[in-house]
Amino acid sequence: MNVSTPVRLSLRTVALGYLFVLLVVPIAVILFRSFEHGFGQFWEWITTPAAISALQLSLLIVAIVVPLNVIFGVITALALVRGRFRGRGIIEAIVDLPFAVSPVVVGVALILLWGVGGWFGGIEGLGFRVIFGLPGMVLATLFVTLPFVVREVEPVLREIGEQQEEAASTLGANGWQTFWRITLPAIRWGLTYGIVLTVARSLGEFGAVIMVSSGFPGISQTLTLLVHSRYIDDYNEFGAYAAATLLMIVALIVLLVMTLLQRTRKSS
Amino acid sequence: MTISVLNANKRYGDFAALDNVSIDIPSGSLTALLGPSGSGKSTLLRSIAGLDQPDSGTITIEGRDVTNLPPQKRGIGFVFQHYAAFKHLTVRQNVGFGLQIRKRPKDEITRKVDDLLDVVGLAGFQTRYPAQLSGGQRQRMALARALAVDPEVLLLDEPFGALDAKVREDLRSWLRRLHNEVHVTTVLVTHDQEEALDVADKIAVLNKGRIEQFGTPGELYDEPANEFVLSFLGTVARFNGTLVRPHDLRLERIQRPDSFAARVLRVVFLGFEVRVELQLPDSPDIFHAEITRGDAAALELNDGDTIYVRALRIPTVELATAGAAV
Repeated sequence: MNVSTPVRLSLRTVALGYLFVLLVVPIAVILFRSFEHGFGQFWEWITTPAAISALQLSLLIVAIVVPLNVIFGVITALALVRGRFRGRGIIEAIVDLPFAVSPVVVGVALILLWGVGGWFGGIEGLGFRVIFGLPGMVLATLFVTLPFVVREVEPVLREIGEQQEEAASTLGANGWQTFWRITLPAIRWGLTYGIVLTVARSLGEFGAVIMVSSGFPGISQTLTLLVHSRYIDDYNEFGAYAAATLLMIVALIVLLVMTLLQRTRKSS
Repeated sequence: MTISVLNANKRYGDFAALDNVSIDIPSGSLTALLGPSGSGKSTLLRSIAGLDQPDSGTITIEGRDVTNLPPQKRGIGFVFQHYAAFKHLTVRQNVGFGLQIRKRPKDEITRKVDDLLDVVGLAGFQTRYPAQLSGGQRQRMALARALAVDPEVLLLDEPFGALDAKVREDLRSWLRRLHNEVHVTTVLVTHDQEEALDVADKIAVLNKGRIEQFGTPGELYDEPANEFVLSFLGTVARFNGTLVRPHDLRLERIQRPDSFAARVLRVVFLGFEVRVELQLPDSPDIFHAEITRGDAAALELNDGDTIYVRALRIPTVELATAGAAV
């Protein structure tokens, strides 16, 4: 497309302005308010027992959800791309369901299913608490993050095709060896991106988790729930800002670690 | 016999990719499976490799029934049309892959890989990645990779199909020389009759999932079993109701008892030979004869001339349906 310089410049300004107002300004405001009373105050707010517990809970959920999503995401993607079975179209549609369903609905559905009187509610009578416990929060997070690994890995698998795997098998590699040495390295970029998205969403999930959490500070609050309760219940504005900043920092660290990992692996 | 296929069948829905195929491929030979696309030649090769599973039939390699063995246990080397290079591995790691899977000592792998890269002309490329190689180089790397595991048979699926004409020709004669040195039983799939005639000791012509004929290039060319083989291998002209090779047509200025008068439509100079397009009176069909430059000069051919044509040699094949040939 051929456009004149003034048009190009004004288009650029509009686009940048849009990004600035929508993304940069809100984040900058939170950062600014977090450190308004100095770093010491910020540090105090993020080292309260409730905050430390919330950080640990959020990371624990991530640590459970990511491996599960990686394993099942890769298997599902392999089945969708390589599989020749009936009902593939249905699975394709089901995988996208979490994108379409509101997280709050997910939370309600989980309560209906696992809560007292639900289909699987009997499990609570056996002393295994799903709703208002960690399992419920993990289930809710699994549900909302399910598509990420599948959807990132699937197109990569489609693009690389089957020939490299066939070549490996003619060279003596069995199924496992082919997967570890050929398939996995070939999909590592898609998988990495899928993991980053899963981590970010797991840390940030609110709607589904708040439905199935008992929300006790220091016990069943994730970082997002802490931000919410400090702001809404405790009228502790600055505490909420500090917790939000902590949430962002954790997400940034994850992103950074993943990028560095990829770089070292690429150069080695 | 190194490779024996007995009564192999493979159907995809209504389409028969292999229709009761049997073939015995002799040890040490370089055999071409030749046919148009959809003739079943790739399916046959992939069945031998274990990459496709025939619906019925048996396959033996070196006397071992491999019908139900996975590819990794068949003792084969396979080369794909689009190289199937391991993109995340270097040339050295690609070629050494099979040896590494077999857990051979490191120094043995290094030595063998270096030797093979010498053979395929890629010495010094050890640390490159496939993306840094040309198509021809990638295919030679793939050949080295397949040969590294000392396969009993080497299977090549249209190995030069993705390369441009010049590289293809070079690699073809290189493969022939390599085969003379290494002597591993080789089966090559191609749709290019020139390629098959050029490199193969024996050619199997496939059509619609069946083997039409299996023999040496000379046998196939001179004694084609049927019209399909005749027209698929080399050019044919339909002259006075029979199919003949265009170079078996003799053009003369004088009439003989067995010659027919024809009109010259066009004279095309193709370097060493001359192609003369001809038409018999009262016939809409156009056919052509191939004659030498010398003959063409002696005849002083001009467009529109009438000339007498006779066939020196008529192959004895059953004609399928009139008008079906080229």
